[in-house]
Amino acid sequence: MSDLPTKPPRTNEDSAPFWAATAEGRLTLQRCAACDTVIWWPRSLCPECSSFDLEWFDATGEGSVYSYTVVHHSPGRRWGAVTPYVLAYVELDEGPRLMTNIVDCDPAAVAIDTRVRVVWDDTGEGNALPRFTPI
Amino acid sequence: MSAAGSSRGAAFIAGVYEHPGRKIPDQSLMEIHARVCVGALNDAGLSMGDVDAYFSAGDSPGFGTLSMIDYLGISATYIDSTEMGGSSYIAHVNHAAAAIVAGKCRVALVSLAGKPRTGGAQPGGAGRAGGPEIDFEGLFGSTVVAAYALAARRHMHEFGTTSEQLAAIKVAASTHAQHNPNALLRDVVTVEEVLDSPMIADPLHRLDCCVITDGGGAVVVVGPEVAADLDRHCVPILGAAEAPKGTANGRIDLTHTGAVWSGPAAFAEAGLTPADVDYVSIYDSFTITVLETIEDLGFCDKGRGGPFVADGNLQSPGGALPFNTDGGGLCSNHPGNRGGMTKILEAVRQLRGEAHEAVQVPDCEIALAHGTGGSLAARMGSATLIMGREL
Repeated sequence: MSDLPTKPPRTNEDSAPFWAATAEGRLTLQRCAACDTVIWWPRSLCPECSSFDLEWFDATGEGSVYSYTVVHHSPGRRWGAVTPYVLAYVELDEGPRLMTNIVDCDPAAVAIDTRVRVVWDDTGEGNALPRFTPI
Repeated sequence: MSAAGSSRGAAFIAGVYEHPGRKIPDQSLMEIHARVCVGALNDAGLSMGDVDAYFSAGDSPGFGTLSMIDYLGISATYIDSTEMGGSSYIAHVNHAAAAIVAGKCRVALVSLAGKPRTGGAQPGGAGRAGGPEIDFEGLFGSTVVAAYALAARRHMHEFGTTSEQLAAIKVAASTHAQHNPNALLRDVVTVEEVLDSPMIADPLHRLDCCVITDGGGAVVVVGPEVAADLDRHCVPILGAAEAPKGTANGRIDLTHTGAVWSGPAAFAEAGLTPADVDYVSIYDSFTITVLETIEDLGFCDKGRGGPFVADGNLQSPGGALPFNTDGGGLCSNHPGNRGGMTKILEAVRQLRGEAHEAVQVPDCEIALAHGTGGSLAARMGSATLIMGREL
C-alpha cells in the first residue's frame, strides 16, 4: 500500500466489471470479439469497429513507462501533502497506456521505458486502485 | 472567388475588444461579458441591436449562452455553445463564418469572461463530472501542469528537446509583454530565470506556465455586405478548421496536438502555406504547448521545435515567426483559464497595424491564431484560424 491518496472510484455500468476485478487483484481489459482490438478505458462498444461484442480478460499487469512527471506542487489538500509523487502513463504489454502513479521507489529512479508491474492500493470500499512499481 | 461552401473571404472580423483588467474583483462575470461585447461592437461601429447570432462557451454562467443572450438583450436567430475549453472561441469564429456563408446570420458576437484570480464564478465543468474517463484519469493526482509535463517529458525523450529550449519561448513572450501596459507580467526574463523558478511538475517550472487572470474578450464576425458598410478595417477570414484529439483508445501519442489536423485543413481552405504567414498567435498555456503546436502547424519539422525556438525565431520584430506580441498567456492574460480569445485579438491588431509599435510586424498581411483547449495529455479541441489584412 502506497501513501498516496486512495479514493474509491465512481463506477458505472461500463466500468463496474473492471473495478470489481480489482478486489481480487486482477487488472482486466476488454477485447473486441469482432476485431480483436484491446480497449482502454472500459466502454460499451469497440472504438475501432463499433461492435458491442466485448470480452473481459486478465492482463499481465506488466508494462513500461511511456511518460512520467515528478509532481512537486499539487493544488489539492490531500495530494499537496504527498509531493513529490510520480504521475505516469504506463504502456501495458497488451498495448493500452494507462494514467497511474509509480510508487514504492525513489522518484529519481523512474525513467521512460522503466519496466513496471501493477500493485494495488485498497480503497477500503471493495476495490483498489492500480498503481505500478519498478520490477 | 471562394470555393463552394468555403468561408474564404466570405466573413470578416469587424470588431475586437480585450478587457484591460487582469484582477477584476468589482465586476460580475456577466458584467465582464457585457463590457467586452459592447467594446467589440463599438470597435466595429455596430450596436447590440445589430447582433443576430451569439456564441459563448463553458465560461458563461447559469444556462450558458441562453442566460447571456437574456442578460445582454440580444435577439438571435443563431446560437452556438460549442465547448472545447480555451480554444472554443476560435472554433466559434469558424462556426460564425460558416453560418454567415449559409445565410443563417449577418452579425455574430463571440464573448469570453472569467474570474479565476479574484474569485467569483468559475468556468463550468459540472457536465464533465460523469465522463467515461473520469476515474481512470482523476484518481492519480493529475494536475493541469502535470498533464502537460507528461507531454513535455515524452517530447524530450523522443526528440532531445531541453528545458533551456522551452524556456526560450517564455523569454520571447516576456520580451513582448514589456510593451503591453495591461500585461500581468511585464518583466523580461532570461532562460536562467525560467530554469531557476520553482519546479511545479518536472520538467515544467513555474515560468513555463501561463498566468492566471480575470478578464475577457469579444469578437464581432460579419458578412461582406455588413463589412462594406462599416468604416472600420474589417479583417477577412481566409481559412478555419478544428480537430479533436483524444486518448485514441489508450494509444495516446503525447508528442503532437490536434493541430496536425486543424492546421492543414485551415491552410487548404486559405490556399496558403506556413511560409505565407507573417504573424502567429499560438496558444501558450505552457511552453510545451507552443513547441508542439508550431511543429504540428508546419512552421518547422516535427521534433525540431526546440532548436527553432532557441534561435530566437519567435521574437518580434526580426524573428522568422513572430508570436504572441501581446505577451500571450505566458505573460499578459489568460482570462478564465481560457486563452483562445486573446489569440484572435492580437492577430487582428497585427493585421490592422495596431499592435504596439515595438512589436508590430512590418507589412503584416497574413496572421494565424491557434487554440488548444483541454489537455495535451488526454483530450483536446484544436482550432486554427487564418486571417488576412485584406482579401
